[in-house]
Amino acid sequence: MTRDPQIVVQDLRLAYGPKEVIHGISFDIRHNEIFGVIGPAQSGKTSLLRCINRTIEFSSEARLSGSIRVDGEDVQKVKSVFALRRKIGMVAPLPVGLPMSIHDNVAFAPRCVGMTRRSELDAIVEQCLRQAALWDEVKDRLDSLGTKLSGGQQQRLTIARALSHQPEILCLDEFSIAIDPVTTMRIEDVLKELRQHMTIILVTNLTQQARRLADRTLFLWNGEIVELDRSEVIFSEHPANRKTYEYVNGIFG
Amino acid sequence: MTFSETPLVRRKLRQESIAKWIFAAMSAAMIIPLVLIVGYLIQRAWPSLSVSFLIDVPARGMRDGGIWPALVGTIYLVVLSLAVSAPVGVLAGIYLNEYAKDNWFNRITNLAVINLAGVPSIVHALFGLGAFVYAAGFGYSIISASLTLAIMTCPVIIASTREALASVPRSFREACWNVGATRWQTIKAVVLPNSISGILTGVILQVSRAAGETAPIMFTGAVYFKAVQRGDLFPYGLREQCMALSMHLYTLATQVPDVKESIPFATAVVLLGAALLVNATAIIVRVYLRSRKKW
Repeated sequence: MTRDPQIVVQDLRLAYGPKEVIHGISFDIRHNEIFGVIGPAQSGKTSLLRCINRTIEFSSEARLSGSIRVDGEDVQKVKSVFALRRKIGMVAPLPVGLPMSIHDNVAFAPRCVGMTRRSELDAIVEQCLRQAALWDEVKDRLDSLGTKLSGGQQQRLTIARALSHQPEILCLDEFSIAIDPVTTMRIEDVLKELRQHMTIILVTNLTQQARRLADRTLFLWNGEIVELDRSEVIFSEHPANRKTYEYVNGIFG
Repeated sequence: MTFSETPLVRRKLRQESIAKWIFAAMSAAMIIPLVLIVGYLIQRAWPSLSVSFLIDVPARGMRDGGIWPALVGTIYLVVLSLAVSAPVGVLAGIYLNEYAKDNWFNRITNLAVINLAGVPSIVHALFGLGAFVYAAGFGYSIISASLTLAIMTCPVIIASTREALASVPRSFREACWNVGATRWQTIKAVVLPNSISGILTGVILQVSRAAGETAPIMFTGAVYFKAVQRGDLFPYGLREQCMALSMHLYTLATQVPDVKESIPFATAVVLLGAALLVNATAIIVRVYLRSRKKW
C-alpha cells in the first residue's frame, strides 16, 4: 500500500512585489525520501523552502498563490504556524550561530515549547550535535559562544538546531558550502540514517551531492520545473530534457 | 627593483593624507568650544562652587545662597518624566521595529514619531499647557511638567530604541523563527540581550535633555521661587509647582537684579556637570555591555 505523499505542491506561484519568481509549479514529495532540488542561482530554490515553512511571510512584499499541503493540510491555513515550523527543520545557506552558548543554541527550540529539565535538554543537545557531526569538536566547551565557532562548525550547529525540535521534514539549503569534504561525507551518512525517520529536502548547487543522496531530483530553472524524475534518470546520459543534461554537466547557457 | 609609486599614485596618496588631516582637524575643532565653555564657566563660578551651594536654599531674594530647591525639582521632573517616557518609548520602539508590518497605519505612526521628535520644545510646552494643565485638570504642577517632558523625550527614545534593535542582524531572528520560536521568544532570547546597551544609552541621553529644557516646564509647572528647607529630600507634592535648575538659571540671568555674580555661573556649572555625568554614565554602560557582545 502506498501512502499519500507528505508534501503536495499545487500550482504554486510566488511574487515579490511585481516580480514573479515562481511561476505555478506542481509536484509532490513522498514520505522518507531524500528529495533533491537543483538549479542555478535565482531559480527560486530558497524561496520554495521558505514557502513550505511559511517564513516567506517575513518578506512583507511576498505574494503567494496555489497551495502547499503537508500531510494533507494546507500550510497557508494551519492554525499554529509555530507547530508547522517545528515539524519542519530548516537549515539556511549561511551559517548562523545564535549569540548564546553552544548548548543553548541547540536547547533553544526545546525550551521554546516548555522543556526545562536539564537532563532531557542535555540528552537532546548531545544527540543533535552528534547527528550534525559536531559533538566531538565541542563536547568539552558547550558553554562557549556559538558565534565564536568557525564557519563550518556554525553550519553544523545550524543543522543540530534544525534537528533539535525533532522535525518530520528536514530542509537543507546548501548545507555543505562552508564544510570540508570529509565532514560533508559524514553528514551525508547521517542523512541516509535520518531518512528512516524523516523526509529530507536537499537544495544543493553540488549536483554530485544530489546524485549521491537524492531518490528523486527536481531541476528548477527561473521559477519553473524543467524536469523531475528519479535521480538515476536526471543524472543519466539521457534525461528527458536536454537542458537538464547540460546543467548537470556544466555546459549550460 | 624597488617598490616605487608612479607619479599618479603619489598624487593620490598626497590627496589621501590631506583629506585625512582635514577630517581630523574638524573633529579636533569640536573639543575647543567644549573646553572654552567649561573653563570659562568654572572660572566665573569658582567663588560660589562648594557642597553647601548644592544643598543651601536661595537667600536674600535669590541674590545669594544655594540651589537646593531647583536641584531637587529637576530630579523630580526628570525621574517622573522618564518613568513615563522610557517604558512607553522602549515598548513602542520594540513594536515598531519587531512586530509592525509595512502598512499605512504603521507608516503613519512612524511619520508621527519622526515629526514629534522634531517639534520645537516651546510647542511641546504649549501642548502641555493645553492638554495637562487645563484639559486634564492637573493645573500648574510637577505632574503636568513631567508629562510634557515625557511627550518631548518619548519620540527620541522610540527612535534610539529602534536603531538599537535594528543593529541586531536579521539572520539571528530568522534562525529563531525557523525553529518555531514566536516573535516574543525571539525578542527575549536574542534581540533584547544584544540591543540593551543601545536602548539604555538612548534613554540615559534623554535624562540630560529633560533636565536642560526650560520652555516645556516654564509653561506647565516650574516657578521662580519656592520656600524649601535646606537639604529637604521631599519638599514637593506632585500637584505642586517646583523650582528647576534650567528655569532657575533663566530667572537669575534675566529677572533678578544685583545677583552675586558667580551664582548664575555656578548654577550653569551644576547643570552642565549633571549633563556630563549622565553622558559619562551612558558611555560606561555602553562600554560595559559592549564588552559582553557576543559576535
